[in-house]
Amino acid sequence: MKVTRMVKETVEVARGFSDFGEAVKSLSGVDVNWCFQCAKCASGCPVSYAMDYTPTQLVHAIQLGLTDLVLNSKTIWLCASCQTCTTRCPQDVDLAGVMDAVRIITQRKKIRAKIPEVLSFYRSSVTNIGFFGRTYELGLIVMLKLITRSFTKDIGLGLRMLKKGKLNIFPSFRGALAARRIFSQVKALEKR
Amino acid sequence: MRYSYYPGCSLHSIAKEYDHSLRAVCTRLGIELVEIRDWFCCGSTPAHCVSRLLTSALALGNLVLMQKMGYQEVVVPCPSCFSRFKSALYNAGNEPRLREEIEQVVKDRWSDSVKVYHPLQIFSEESQLAKISSLVKRELAGLKVVCYYGCLLTRPPKVTQFDICEYPESMDQVLRALGITTLDWSYKTDCCGGSFALTRTDIVLKLSHEILEGAKSVGADAIAVACPLCQANLDTRQEGIERTYGTNYKLPILYFTELMGISFGLSPRELLLGKHFVDAESKLEEVSRHG
Repeated sequence: MKVTRMVKETVEVARGFSDFGEAVKSLSGVDVNWCFQCAKCASGCPVSYAMDYTPTQLVHAIQLGLTDLVLNSKTIWLCASCQTCTTRCPQDVDLAGVMDAVRIITQRKKIRAKIPEVLSFYRSSVTNIGFFGRTYELGLIVMLKLITRSFTKDIGLGLRMLKKGKLNIFPSFRGALAARRIFSQVKALEKR
Repeated sequence: MRYSYYPGCSLHSIAKEYDHSLRAVCTRLGIELVEIRDWFCCGSTPAHCVSRLLTSALALGNLVLMQKMGYQEVVVPCPSCFSRFKSALYNAGNEPRLREEIEQVVKDRWSDSVKVYHPLQIFSEESQLAKISSLVKRELAGLKVVCYYGCLLTRPPKVTQFDICEYPESMDQVLRALGITTLDWSYKTDCCGGSFALTRTDIVLKLSHEILEGAKSVGADAIAVACPLCQANLDTRQEGIERTYGTNYKLPILYFTELMGISFGLSPRELLLGKHFVDAESKLEEVSRHG
């Protein structure tokens, strides 16, 4: 283990301690080793009440390289990306960025998401954009219902939104070509 | 003044009234909005959970379209889109390798001088505030509102560069210029649960309940918002929240642009106010009479 001084007067931080931390860094540009566990992120997090590990604990687990714990946690799927942690961190650790990186690693490793409906929503939305160019909400809702088999949930609300003209019946396809081009370019580049 | 305009997906669907009222208000203020031709989705919340390159390329691809139309400045009313554009510019500006990849994907470059504005940043400029005051035709002086900014306009501040991140004031300033009373409260930038509406509705109900409760406790008649998702969660889910928590709010959730439009003398019908679940018109009627 190689130890380097990052800020010589204040803290001594272990570098290269966990490969997992390095993987997170390469995907997000964030070095979790800066975290000194002040728990400000956990205190400000609006969803921490529902998480199995607080954001502070999750960062600690990444520092320690506890890959399985992190990738199988509910926490990564319950993060609402509200950016409160990132904003308030005294060490400038972009925790919302870390959550994105960890979610991406989970998908790349094809690990089953602990809260599958949240991942289904993200993936269906992205598929939706890749096909239609602009989000086609009704299509997305139907697709999500088929995947999660929650046919009766919010049906009254959905009908009322349709009646109010809040949901378009048909997709627009404007911008679809350009979006599809971007999707295929990204896919090709990420395969490399 | 002339800006290019990126409405984003929501303003063409669940938030048509935001789009309508913004355009109407800008016309009155002499601000011309030119919609980017064939724009596509910025990636919003889902794309950044799936691929960093994809989310950046979707946002910057739209800015490239803007530049091709000869514009350098874009107005983005949806905070989720605003945040995506700002983040993509910030990340690409700080990471040369990411920038190179994005350029490969969008097959073009963008200038570092492009500017992304939220309408509140334009409206809260000194000169615009004076103009806004001068255009008031219908006084809503009896109306007490709380301004709800949500998460993504202000956070993270080094990226968004919008107002004061923990206690923003720009929407308050705009509404005060109309003669509306804005109240101090503690939930200006708290999270409503955002995109969990379709998946973990329980979270949205809890967080939005806290916001409605906060608004009620300071005596607000309505909540002014700047985000389609916040509006949808607080408005369309309000009945569900009342049922779940045994409360009663009937709080209209209005886009700040709708309040501007009403004050400028536009009719509720022109502004598509009927699209809201919680009735706003009777409340506005009530305060106009007394105001």
